[in-house]
Amino acid sequence: MATATTTVSSQERYSTGSISTLAAPEPEHCPGTESELAGKADACEGCPNQQICASAPKGPDPDLPAIYKRMEGVKHKVLVLSGKGGVGKSTFTSMLGWAFAMDPDREVGVMDLDICGPSMPRIMGAQGEQIHMSNSGWSPVYVADNLGMMSIGFMLPNEDDAIIWRGAKKSGLIKQFLKDVDWGNLDFLVVDTPPGTSDEHLSVNQYLKDTGVDGAVIVTTPQEVALLDVRKEIDFCKKAGINVLGIVENMSGFVCPNCKGESFIFAPTTGGGKALAKEMGIPFLGSVPLDPRIGQACDYGVSFLEEYSDSPTSKAILDIISQVREMIGEPLDEDEVADY
Amino acid sequence: MSNGISPLSLDEVKHIVLVLSGKGGVGKSSVTTQLALSLVRQGFSVGVLDIDLTGPSLPRMFGLETRKIHQSSRGWVPVYTDATKKLCVMSIGFLLKDRGDSVVWRGPKKSAMIRQFVNDVVWGPLDYLLIDTPPGTSDEHIAIAEQLRDAKPDGAVLVTTPQGVATADVRKELNFCKKVGFEVLGVVENMSGFLCPHCAECSHIFSKGGGEQLAVQFNVPFLGAVPIDPQFVLMIEEQHGAVARVADAVTDIDLDKKVDEAIASYKLVEKYGECKLCPIFANIAEQVVRSTGKKRRL
Repeated sequence: MATATTTVSSQERYSTGSISTLAAPEPEHCPGTESELAGKADACEGCPNQQICASAPKGPDPDLPAIYKRMEGVKHKVLVLSGKGGVGKSTFTSMLGWAFAMDPDREVGVMDLDICGPSMPRIMGAQGEQIHMSNSGWSPVYVADNLGMMSIGFMLPNEDDAIIWRGAKKSGLIKQFLKDVDWGNLDFLVVDTPPGTSDEHLSVNQYLKDTGVDGAVIVTTPQEVALLDVRKEIDFCKKAGINVLGIVENMSGFVCPNCKGESFIFAPTTGGGKALAKEMGIPFLGSVPLDPRIGQACDYGVSFLEEYSDSPTSKAILDIISQVREMIGEPLDEDEVADY
Repeated sequence: MSNGISPLSLDEVKHIVLVLSGKGGVGKSSVTTQLALSLVRQGFSVGVLDIDLTGPSLPRMFGLETRKIHQSSRGWVPVYTDATKKLCVMSIGFLLKDRGDSVVWRGPKKSAMIRQFVNDVVWGPLDYLLIDTPPGTSDEHIAIAEQLRDAKPDGAVLVTTPQGVATADVRKELNFCKKVGFEVLGVVENMSGFLCPHCAECSHIFSKGGGEQLAVQFNVPFLGAVPIDPQFVLMIEEQHGAVARVADAVTDIDLDKKVDEAIASYKLVEKYGECKLCPIFANIAEQVVRSTGKKRRL
């Protein structure tokens, strides 16, 4: 146990490697501050960072061994991705976390890589908590005995503060999340990501690639405007070599609590997640119907799966989660099947 | 970086309004689309710039997915929705080979692209330039704030959904606006309630009232609550039905022409008049016109 703990503030802890010491943002044709050509390529002529890059040590990222060491104790890593925002990545991440942690013998971690819009602390009911540092690293915030989490939301002096960071700085923090967080031994690490295909996604893949990521669950909503962005995310996974476990279609259909009539809020005019899965040749994990109580559960930070365990939505989610468990080679045992 | 001079490309643009939200999927692009349609319906000429580089939605919203950008001697020509040239759009979606292609870029490249979008597009004379943004407060936002520093944008419309998880992120965006000096023209609460088509009971799927509370708390105008209307999604999707049918039927040679005709015959601006959301957005657009009317960039 750590005796003296210090609170980590984002302002003082973001700096990592050479990136933070740059005099100006990297220019468009930057060969990469960590590449062999850094400071020597034609594009570096006249760049205010040229001296810094040219004199920095070259070769593979010196922090990688530290990340590998931390990740040695983590058995399974699952990414939750979507090109589109607001489709329920964070909600689904929390469900995965809670469902994995239903078995008290399993250790589960949830990591929030959405730096500019961290939702996990609120959804998991851990708002206002702070991260403590000990000699073994940053301690995650525990929302249950076997469920820890890490988010930049725990590091802000004021909850409403905007985190106006460029990509390089975000990557720096992600590296620290992977390198410095003392997860201990975990059975499952679930990683929530922001929308898009940019710095956060490239960095987490770059740092974790060689530690064995089980794969990514892609979340979408049924309408084509969302599928369009999700298609791009799958294209990104293919390019980056990330194994796609399957697609979850969230918010698919709404049952009116008054008349029980079903309607499509986000109409699947092009066939929804199912058609996309078929088109891209990846498994379709299932559809989750809209339930207004999910939004409420997220706002109050309680587990929807526990509060409303017999709703059709909970059943759909648990079915998807048991498929995920099977895909990563940890099928539910008999006791767990009863719990689900 | 800044030379104190507004970019030449924006010389004939009277008003610049950004559409922002810290949260993704709250309807920034559909609010941008409807605001643009409403302003056109009120007789203004409108340009729409999409700076969501990794997830551009506007080409689909306006039914322009098959279109490409043309290069003229003065720069990139935006894509016009019809021959009246009242409404034009610029998006990275027009530059991609395939609509499923991902744009996997780190920050510096995104910033450079936005610089080009601001400086190299031939907008011509416009009453309003609406800028649709990605979620967050990162590279794209820093870049657009830098590029527009001397162009004096009128301000920003913030979009949120009512639930706490969304307003928490929008608070951050409000603080971002304060930091970079964007005036907040108001908050729109989107997805505020859903009328069941079977029994007309209103369900608050994403809770309610969060946007209004946020506006009161930050002392900024509340522009209105917009309910969920599946008809709007269908209206957007229908134009693609029309486009796709034509595209299948003809050979490549006159594809562009046929597709143009199909879109022209669809007339999104007029069709929008039949949408239930049209009066709500007419009201929001009027408020935006009123609050931007006081100042003139030119």
